[in-house]
Amino acid sequence: MAKQTKTLNLNFGPQHPAAHGVLRLILELDGEVVEKADPHIGLLHRGTEKLIENKTYAQAVPYFDRLDYVAPMNQEHAFALAIEKILKIEVPIRAQFIRVMFCEIGRILSHILNITTQALDVGALTPSLWGFEERETLMTFYERVSGSRLHANYFRAGGVHQDMPRGLDADIFDFTKKFPKIIDDLESLLTENRIFKQRNVDIGVVSKQDALDYSFSGVMLRGSNVPWDLRKSQPYDCYDQMDFKIPVGKNGDCYDRYLCRVEEMRESVKIINQCLQKMPKGPIKSTDGKISPPPKKELKESMEALIHHFKLFTEGYRVEKDEIYTAVEAPKGEFGVYLISDGSSKPYKCKIRAPGFSHLQAMDYLIKGHMLADVPAVLGSLDIVFGEIDR
Amino acid sequence: MENLINLEKKINSELTTKINSSRVKHNQIYLSIDSNDIIDVILFMKTNEYTKFRQLIDITAVDYPEKEQRFRIVYLLLSHEFNTRVLIEFDISEGEKVPSLTKIFPSANWMEREVFDMYGIDFKDHPDLRRILTDYGFEGYPLRKDFPITGHNEVRYSEETKKVIYEPVKLEQNYRNFDYESPWEGTKYIKNQEKE
Repeated sequence: MAKQTKTLNLNFGPQHPAAHGVLRLILELDGEVVEKADPHIGLLHRGTEKLIENKTYAQAVPYFDRLDYVAPMNQEHAFALAIEKILKIEVPIRAQFIRVMFCEIGRILSHILNITTQALDVGALTPSLWGFEERETLMTFYERVSGSRLHANYFRAGGVHQDMPRGLDADIFDFTKKFPKIIDDLESLLTENRIFKQRNVDIGVVSKQDALDYSFSGVMLRGSNVPWDLRKSQPYDCYDQMDFKIPVGKNGDCYDRYLCRVEEMRESVKIINQCLQKMPKGPIKSTDGKISPPPKKELKESMEALIHHFKLFTEGYRVEKDEIYTAVEAPKGEFGVYLISDGSSKPYKCKIRAPGFSHLQAMDYLIKGHMLADVPAVLGSLDIVFGEIDR
Repeated sequence: MENLINLEKKINSELTTKINSSRVKHNQIYLSIDSNDIIDVILFMKTNEYTKFRQLIDITAVDYPEKEQRFRIVYLLLSHEFNTRVLIEFDISEGEKVPSLTKIFPSANWMEREVFDMYGIDFKDHPDLRRILTDYGFEGYPLRKDFPITGHNEVRYSEETKKVIYEPVKLEQNYRNFDYESPWEGTKYIKNQEKE
């Protein structure tokens, strides 16, 4: 007599500590083995793209902070680059260095969060306590430069909002001296840890071909041994002047992705260091009065500055009719902005390409045949943040 | 840049009649095609040894309500081998179906679902065309230009019924959409006055 089996449907989330936000996952289980996973997303959908269509270009920047809220400035960068390419704005060298430096700080912010919470998901509490202390230091740098710990609104088309305050470069330099030791400490807790390895090695393996077919980018792609990083292959701002390496994984499992992220943090520290050393003095935003607002001081004396200020903060600058796709290497992968301008001061369309969207889509492929307990491990290594996936 | 122009020529000579127009700008190739040819063009782009666009970056749509062919569908592809990007686009009218790419790129699944959700564009042979980002039971297509930015329904917790309820949007104040365009260049409200 044939044995009758019945699969069990399990509802995982939307409120679950290992779901990294508001993910609802419908799992079909055969015993403890996952047969099918159907992620339901959109619980954090705020209609960012619709809102951007109704705001001027300058007003649209803060929405980018709220996408991947773990590394806000990296997103702003993509949007700023898109406008700069259409308007053909030259960005001053100092601004390029500041932007690259803060993007790398964002990368460390994101990777610390991911590594430590992934460790938390598989049972290690200490890394998150150690890691979050460092995130706090980094967010203080964000606050000192932009006035806000998270939602920075700092990058502008043509540069950055304001120059770094006095003393910040010395403090960041101090941080780069201390931080490699902290990565070592984190590694001593995880890299050779028996439990961590048992939970991550050979889990969620992605082959090279599948990584391409599923539109993976960033660490998800590099973990599967595809050497591809936009900072190297399509350098933007001053990344071509930086000396850094791209860590690549071998097996494409969760453990390799973890190792890649750890190495990327070390490389980021190197980039920050080089930025501090090479950064020249000079202007921090485009001097074109039609694009960037004049300094407050000039408003009292110069009629032209007053007009520019008024026009920029009411109508905003206009962007000629064009369409463009620009992408940056955000911590989670390729973050892109597909911008259509129509000559007015508001974007006609702004499609945001979030890396996490494609990564989460592959959840069914990744988890099929794994145990239920592997779901948090795989989710953790995907590095998903719902701000960017749901938009 | 030169490589891109050569590649553009190559694509044009291989696909000849399938390409309506092509141009190179911002280090990208823009191809305009017909909606029926999309499968052939994408397959060619993915497999040909001179193109090798093996990654689908995104699929999206643009709404032009005033045009007869209202929607423009845009495909973004990336080639790692040649480090190039291509945008493939075509126009369709409302109600027209678009062939699905899910057989060629599995990642097209959610991207097409999103386009369906946001613009109401149907995809032929899509295995699982459901809404993806909007709420369960949502009506309307949010990214169409005629969809109001405030939406139609709002959600709140009702003390009486002890559950979350849906109600039509009530605004305490009208949505403020100021017209800041320079009056010297002719704003909409002045143009409208002149017409009257």
